Parts: sequence; structure tokens; C-alpha cells
Amino acid sequence: MNHPMSPTAPSRRVRLTPLTVRDYLVLLLAVLIVVLPLGYMILASFKGPGDLATTDLVVFPEVWKPENYSEAAQKVPFGRLFLNSGIVTVVGAGLKVLLAILTAYGLVFCEFPAKKYVFWGVLATMMVPPQVTALPNYVFVSSLGGENTYWGLILPGLGTGFGTFLLRQSFMQLPYEVLEAAHLDGAGHWRRLWHCVVPMSLPSIATVALVNVVYEWNDYLWPLIIITEPEMMTLPRGLTLLQNSESAASSFGVLMAGTVMVLLPILAVFAFLQRHIVNGFTQGGVKG
Amino acid sequence: MTAVTTKRPRQALSGRRVREWLIFLAFVLPNVALIAVFIYRPLFQNIYFSTLNWTLGSKFATPVGLGNYRDFFTSGEASKVLTTTGIFTVATVGLTLALGLGVALALNRKLPGAGFAQATVFAPYILSGYGVGLAWLYIFDPNIGALSAILRDVGLNSPEWINSPPWTLTMVIVVYVWKNLGYAAVVYLAGLQAVPGDLLEAADLDGAGPARRFFAVTLPLLSPTTFFLMVTTILNSLQAFDLLIAMDKLGRGARTLIFDAYLTGFKEQSQAGYSAMLSTVLFAILVVLTLVQLIVVERRVHYR
Repeated sequence: MNHPMSPTAPSRRVRLTPLTVRDYLVLLLAVLIVVLPLGYMILASFKGPGDLATTDLVVFPEVWKPENYSEAAQKVPFGRLFLNSGIVTVVGAGLKVLLAILTAYGLVFCEFPAKKYVFWGVLATMMVPPQVTALPNYVFVSSLGGENTYWGLILPGLGTGFGTFLLRQSFMQLPYEVLEAAHLDGAGHWRRLWHCVVPMSLPSIATVALVNVVYEWNDYLWPLIIITEPEMMTLPRGLTLLQNSESAASSFGVLMAGTVMVLLPILAVFAFLQRHIVNGFTQGGVKG
Repeated sequence: MTAVTTKRPRQALSGRRVREWLIFLAFVLPNVALIAVFIYRPLFQNIYFSTLNWTLGSKFATPVGLGNYRDFFTSGEASKVLTTTGIFTVATVGLTLALGLGVALALNRKLPGAGFAQATVFAPYILSGYGVGLAWLYIFDPNIGALSAILRDVGLNSPEWINSPPWTLTMVIVVYVWKNLGYAAVVYLAGLQAVPGDLLEAADLDGAGPARRFFAVTLPLLSPTTFFLMVTTILNSLQAFDLLIAMDKLGRGARTLIFDAYLTGFKEQSQAGYSAMLSTVLFAILVVLTLVQLIVVERRVHYR
């Protein structure tokens, strides 16, 4: 497959034909349709009741009200939520990547009679949406006391088919000679994994890591079910709490402040690592 | 596949061989165990739950066999929920693919700035569905939202996005397409870049105009991409949840199968058995779709 993110040469001259104009209009329209609502949301997060509770179109706040952010933080413990989301994302995505590396290594470089079936069993999990397993998992995890705990939040989502699948493909393409040389030098599996396979597969591992980071940060259903105490909520879960506590139209400012806190970190990560992220998500197919 | 292990003749179970198997197990077991406990176990347990009349949190459950399925499919609820699911899926998939292809065609010209445009259009795809839903809820608000203000300026009244179920479903579809459009555009772009230029040139020399070239050359060559996208976006749409619950908390307009399963199981009357039945039906649909995809892809591979 061609690389989707092929860079465009900025110095190339473009003739202004009607076709070029048309394509520029399409692109401009597409960019505006994405940027305007997000910009509007950010502006709204600084609006006070006067700018919100009006039927007129107010784009820029007449009175800037950054207090929306502190107000949001008073209604919902946003600092704590940020920390929780960070912990869940780093630990969850980190462990998922580690599990995927180990599984993919075993599947590619070790011998086992029923290896093919193990692979299919792992791969088939990509067909099972978390919503289908949510109810029994809730019953199981809460019976073990996992409600409102970090382990209850993180553990059930760790088994990974997507990462295993992607890394297995990447490991299979590694140069045979290097690994055989390491083998002849007496390097065991563990050494070969960390000194040869992982360093040679860093781009794929980064891709898997980023996809999982995005997934963990945004995950909503499981935290919604397993967490009820504000102190243990992740950011998206906390938004629900904020939404339920806010009902007046003028409170959209506070709600938008909370929303910005959820969306902006991912947008920032995306701005720097978009190529890897786009690759990961377009290779993965399902999930999002 | 086994790249490093040295080949040796078939032999009876030697110590070395068993050791190699154990090493394999050590590598895969953590992941496989988690998958078994938190994916396969609940998957089958869910099917068992679907045969119970059982309220979540209650210690007592009555086996009802296929009663939940019968209730669902005979009460008319099935047609209502499945219609909503069908409308949502068909509309989101159709619009996402059509608009995504349009954007991809423009991106494919490689104009300066196309890279930026591509990244921007893709960005919503990786944002939290719940956050995106809330941001748009403010824009769609019939009283104070930007959209109603704009509509009023051109002399129109805002539809009742929140209180009228068909409009709620429309709103959710629009926002869902907004969020997923960039994914289709990027995948289509990769497909477009694989279309051989000499074919298009040949068509050009034969006197085919741009429209003709698109419909007679580009679009047919894109059909594998279209098929792949169709399957992945159908699967995604069937699993859409965060955005729906953010914009339609009580499920009055956008109550798709998956949303229904959540609301009946965890909210409303907490009918866990009935909810398990709904998610089992959803899973069956997903399995059928995936199998269809595998069969079609298999055929195409042989065809080549």
C-alpha cells in the first residue's frame, strides 16, 4: 500500500486551472468543517452566561471568562480525573504493548504444535466488541471488588488482538540473517527479543502504542460502568458527571471547558505524531 | 514462519522440544489468559445470561430459554430498534464513503497544503466520541446554538434536534459522519495512489473526459478499497456508542441495538437477561458480516 501521508513538495508551482481551484475549494471546505466546530467549542469554553444564553450568534466572547475552567474543576475533581486518565492511559497502553510484543514474538519465533490456532484465537477477539462482554465482565469484576479501583478499570481491557496482529506481521518481515547470527552467538530468546527484534521493530511498536494510547484515553463504556465515585473517574467519564450536574443553558461554558480538557491532549499528541497515528488507525481497520 | 529455530528431523518428544513449547507458552500465556478470562469467558456467559429473566444486581434469575429472543422479535421492539440501527448504519456508511472519496480525490492532486488538509480532516476520528458529542450538542442547541442562529438568519426555524426523535437521529448521523469522514478519506487516498497513471492516460488518449475516466477507470479499480471501507465502517457504526449517549442521553431518537443493550441492562429497569440477549443479537450480526468479508476477500485473492 502506498504511504497515505506522502509529503507534498511546497516549492512546486501550481497552475491555477479551474480544476485546481475546485480542488482547493473542496479542501478548504473540508478543513473549515473540521476546524470551525472545534474552534467554536474552545471559544465557548470562555463564554459567560451573557454570551451563552442568547439566540444571537456569538462567536467571540464579549467578556472572556476563563473561570469556566476553575468552575468545572470545582464541580468535578478535574485534576484528579486528569491523573486517573493519565494513569489508565500510560499503564493500560504500556501493558498492552508489552503483551502484544511477547505474544507476537512467541507466535513468530517459538515452536508449538497448535500455534496456528492460538493465533486465530487471539485474532478473533478483534471481532468481539467490548459492549458484548461488558455485562458479564461487570458482574465478574464487581464480585471481586473491582468497582472504583484502578485494577478494575484497567485489567479487563488488557488482552490484545490488534497489537499482536500488527506486531506479528512486522516481526515476520525482519531479516532472517540478523536473528540467526544472534542465535549462533548463543543469544537466547529473551536476549534476541530485546536486543534484536524490538530495536528493529520500533516504528511498528510506536504505532501500536499510539493507537492504544488514543483508545485508552477516549474509552468510555467500561469506565461508565465500573466507576461511580468521582475520585476514580477518567476524564470522559467525568464529563458525564458534569453534564448531569449542569442543566441550565448558560452552563454550556463550564461543560465546554471540560470537553476541551478531554479533547485537547489528544489533539496535541496528534499534531506531533500524526503520521504514525494515521498509519496505525488505517492499518487497524476496526476500533475507533 | 519459525525463522530461527534449527530444523531437525521429526522425533519423539525430546526434552528440548518440550522446553521450546514451554517457552512459547511463557511468551503468549499472559495475553492468552487475559483474553480467555475477559473476552471469551464473558462472551459465552453473555449467551447464557441471554436465556435468563434476571435483574442486574438481583441474586435470583429465572431461566426462560429463548423467551427474551421471542419477546424481542415478536413485540415490535425488534423492528423499531433494528430500523433505527439500519438507518443509522446505512446513512453513516453511505455518507462517510461518498464524502470521504470526494475529499480523497481533492487530496490526491497533491496541491501544496494537501498534507495539512489531510491531517486536519483525519483529526476528529481519534477524538473522544463523548467529547465530540458534547461539543456538537452546543452547536445544535435549538435555542442558543450556533446552528439555530445561522438558520434564523436565513429565515428558517431550527428543527427540534433534542425533542423530536427523527431529528435527533439525523443530528447524530451528521456528527458521526463528521467524526469518521477523515478515516475514509485517508484510506481512499491510499487506494487512489495505487491507481496506475498509464491507465488513466490511455483513457485520456482515447478521448474519455474526466467524468468518464473517473467512472470507467478509477471507481472500478477502487472497488477493493470501497469494499474494505464498507465493511470496517459498517462494523464501526454498529458499535457506535459514546457519541450517541452524549447527544441522546435517554435514547429517544438514536436508540440503536448497542445503545438499547446498554440502556436496558444498566439503566431503566436493569433487565440484564434482556440486555444480554440484545448484545448477543448484535454479536451474531457482527460475526455474519465478518464471515462475509472473509469469504469475499478469499475469492478476490484466488481471482488474482
